[in-house]
Amino acid sequence: MAITEDRPLALEAGAVTKVAARPLGALTRPQSDVGWASWFTTVDHKKIGIMYGVGSLFFFLFGGVEALMIRIQLAAPDGQFLSESLYNQVFTMHGVTMVFLVIMPMAAAFANYLLPLQVGARDVAFPRLNAFSFWCWLAGAIFLNTSWFLGGAPAGGWFAYAPNTSVTFAPGSGMDFYAIGLQIVGIASLVSAINLIVTVLNMRAPGMSLLKMPVLTWMLLVTQFLLLFAVPVITIALFLLTFDRSFGANFFNVEQGGSPLLWQHLFWIFGHPEVYILILPAFGIISEVIPTFSRKPIFGYPFMVGSGIAIGFMGWGVWAHHMFVSGVGEISVAAFSLSTMFIAVPTGVKILNWLATMWGGRLRFNTPMLFACGVIAMFTIGGLSGVTHAVAPSDTQQTDTYYIVAHFHYVIFGGSLLGMFSGFYFWWPKVFGYKLSEKWGKINFWLMLIGFNMTFGPMHVLGLQGMARRHQSYAKEDGFGFWNGIVSAGAFVIAFGTLAFLINIWLSARSAKRNPVEVGPDPWDARSLEWSTASPTPVHNFDVEPTVEFQDDWWHRKWGENEEGKIVRKAYPADIAQDGSATDVHLPSPSYWPLVLSLSLPVIGYSVIYTFWLMIPAGALFLAGFLGWALEPADDPEAAHGHADHGHDDDHDADASADAADEGASVG
Amino acid sequence: MQTLRLMLLTKEPPLADSKLSEATPAEATETVTEHTVEHGTTTGISNNKLLMWAFLGSECLLFGALISTYLLYKERFNDFAANLAPFEQDGRNIGPRFGGEDGEGVFDIPFTSISSFILLGSSLTMVLALSAIRRSEYRSFRIWTLTTAALGSVFIAGQIYEFTEFVEKGLGYSTNIFGSAFFTLTGFHGVHVSIGIVMLLATYIMHKQGRLNSDKAETVEIVGLYWHFVDVVWILIFTIVYLFPQ
Amino acid sequence: MTDTAVDAAVDAHDDHHPSDLFYLKIAAILALFTAFEVGTYFVEDSVPRWFLFLSLTVLMIIKFVMVAAYFMHLKYDTPWFRYLFIGGLVLAIGVYTIFFLAFDLFGLG
Repeated sequence: MAITEDRPLALEAGAVTKVAARPLGALTRPQSDVGWASWFTTVDHKKIGIMYGVGSLFFFLFGGVEALMIRIQLAAPDGQFLSESLYNQVFTMHGVTMVFLVIMPMAAAFANYLLPLQVGARDVAFPRLNAFSFWCWLAGAIFLNTSWFLGGAPAGGWFAYAPNTSVTFAPGSGMDFYAIGLQIVGIASLVSAINLIVTVLNMRAPGMSLLKMPVLTWMLLVTQFLLLFAVPVITIALFLLTFDRSFGANFFNVEQGGSPLLWQHLFWIFGHPEVYILILPAFGIISEVIPTFSRKPIFGYPFMVGSGIAIGFMGWGVWAHHMFVSGVGEISVAAFSLSTMFIAVPTGVKILNWLATMWGGRLRFNTPMLFACGVIAMFTIGGLSGVTHAVAPSDTQQTDTYYIVAHFHYVIFGGSLLGMFSGFYFWWPKVFGYKLSEKWGKINFWLMLIGFNMTFGPMHVLGLQGMARRHQSYAKEDGFGFWNGIVSAGAFVIAFGTLAFLINIWLSARSAKRNPVEVGPDPWDARSLEWSTASPTPVHNFDVEPTVEFQDDWWHRKWGENEEGKIVRKAYPADIAQDGSATDVHLPSPSYWPLVLSLSLPVIGYSVIYTFWLMIPAGALFLAGFLGWALEPADDPEAAHGHADHGHDDDHDADASADAADEGASVG
Repeated sequence: MQTLRLMLLTKEPPLADSKLSEATPAEATETVTEHTVEHGTTTGISNNKLLMWAFLGSECLLFGALISTYLLYKERFNDFAANLAPFEQDGRNIGPRFGGEDGEGVFDIPFTSISSFILLGSSLTMVLALSAIRRSEYRSFRIWTLTTAALGSVFIAGQIYEFTEFVEKGLGYSTNIFGSAFFTLTGFHGVHVSIGIVMLLATYIMHKQGRLNSDKAETVEIVGLYWHFVDVVWILIFTIVYLFPQ
Repeated sequence: MTDTAVDAAVDAHDDHHPSDLFYLKIAAILALFTAFEVGTYFVEDSVPRWFLFLSLTVLMIIKFVMVAAYFMHLKYDTPWFRYLFIGGLVLAIGVYTIFFLAFDLFGLG
């Protein structure tokens, strides 16, 4: 899917903003960028980032409730809370929700909000495509969850092994919702990945070479490349499943010689890079937090970047370690076992570099730093149990037990999610103009950390005792009762930790409203460009496009060395930061069409599941969105024509709709 | 001066010569960045073209998965069909070049060869269209664009004919794993060609409306990139699916 | 930078667009190779299988490279496009080769 618009967004201050009403049939182009309605038409990367954040937090609560239901069921032997069928749906949707509807969009929230700011740009390369990505993700997420009311949610586990997910074994439409819902979410990821790759490569501020970019930008870039190449693989896998289920294909029909291993391979060729798609953004976030709160530059920047690239690259050669017991043959097992052990090396490099960054630094343990330290410790535990899975004989013992569950929660919850929380606390003042309360932040952190270890620590023991995952209940004689009780109690402690976060937002927002405190552009004495502009970020990001000289350029503008080589302050942030007062910056105009276009996708999904007739409204929506998009200038043409003497390169401004028309045709 | 610098930007950076093309991305960027003005992109490459190439990179994995599935399933089908009784009544052993023991398969190599020549020819007309619009020769641009779209349509028509023939010979989408894999792979390619035809027609219409002329030749170039990509995928499919001996 | 230098640079840029005749030549070569490929079908029974596979594969790769390099301008354009496209291509070839090895499709194990 490629719908492009071409418009240099690094606009000169001084370009006059003209707003022209362009009636398009009954609809007039949206103009306002304030008020609740503006959120539906916005193409501002910051607003889209905030919407990703809100959406992912909503689904975090949703997936959390599912987790609590699982834990209530398993708290004691012979649980009666959930039926077998419902239990299957709940654990499947818990996994799908947390992976595709929480961690990925949360990372997208940070990517959308921060990438343009960190490279010194005014927006992403294709703002309307960016809006489309978000609405597409939301449409897919809602589509997936409507399955609860339409005959039952998917129940085949988050990796949906075929042929267990074929019509024979999964007769309801749950798996159809899974296949098509993830397809829609995948489109969102792919479009957003291409958009952000172009943004980082093409829209950097003058002087910002690739090796001066912040580590977060680098890690997000690697993530987008992983998405770019991994999403098509799951796309095909999901298509094959849909074709099997809806059109009678034989891909996973074992009776006809279809291979169950085909699904497993395709899923995990996507699935293992996906693991790094989940963790690398968090690595990036704490690579910003740790130097800031240690008051030292990141230790070994080239190694930090290099190991991130290495992880992204090696992540493609380890997928079959998810399949050691699937009968892939001993040569495969040996080879993948080896490659999996190697991938621990770049990960280890990162952990050592974070520790070396903290070593000898002047540490401040504010909430973001606490969460970052939590990530290092918890991810190390998860990484170590991961190495035990690389050892094939040991993995054979652990497969499908709670030991695996413990491992991936240590890396995904302990790594990714705690990293994201660190990011929330760190960038909150930049986004909303007030800090979250430190007191509640610490309550939040400690409840989460303790609850997390109570929940997932004992799962190692349960797994080694032989408790299988995905079983609806266990007998009293199994002897799993004690640890399961602790685990379930821990899950509720996490829930209270989450509650503390919500209370924190509420209280902090209220107190910021009652007696506003100026946080200033740079409350943490941080290092990258987003802190050189006002808080909250003005709609045009930068009054003047920044020029970059050093890695950590913003820090170098505040601090320098005196004759004795001591670090001394050169300037205060309030004096050198941009105040966001520029009013004459020309920005992309809002648009309805990304929303309209994305709405057609779930309707197509329902059409495949229920009746072909739904294709008519779906097609109408699609055409309306598509044509509207194509015919609407991406940007106000008058404003763009203000400097015709710049030669033909400039005309792309007005040409955007033309490009959109033909590129958009590859939507498919 | 502004104009000059922009002209510098629009030229492809001199990266084709040996020294720079070996440079790492970071170094290459540094070289270009010096010329960057506010309106340009960091790399000097247009956003749209970069988008299309990124998309095509991603498509490699998509068609890779389809071709791999096909190869795997053709192999499995051969094993599977070998164990079936000859002339299975439900036609489950109808395959590419043979069916059971009757020696007749579904493929018609001479017919598909003509289709291949047609698609290959459309790549030539596509570059000629681009070359024409670059030189502002709009009449030949229109002719070549329409020819490209027409050749693509003939290819699609051929594919539809081929599919109906196969079904008549007894190979449907659900008949066996070969059928599923074959129709899925070639069908995905056909959908790509069809989208390409829509893009070409859109280009033509925009030109007719006066919204596309030589200074926007890049739009044609981007459509061309997609079209050629679809062509190279067919180069792979034609050899791997049709020509490789059983 | 002087005007002359700019002009020279722009001229150099224009040189990267080959002439129509050049494209015709490329297309003729491609057509010839395709004819060879199709020809193998008619001599299939009298040529060793390994030779058929080898020659068909080589011809396929040459055609692929020619279209990508000349028709898609990959040879003349900025290396960024090569990184993206060849990156995807190499990754795909690598990953799916391992996939085939895992399925033992080459009959090695």
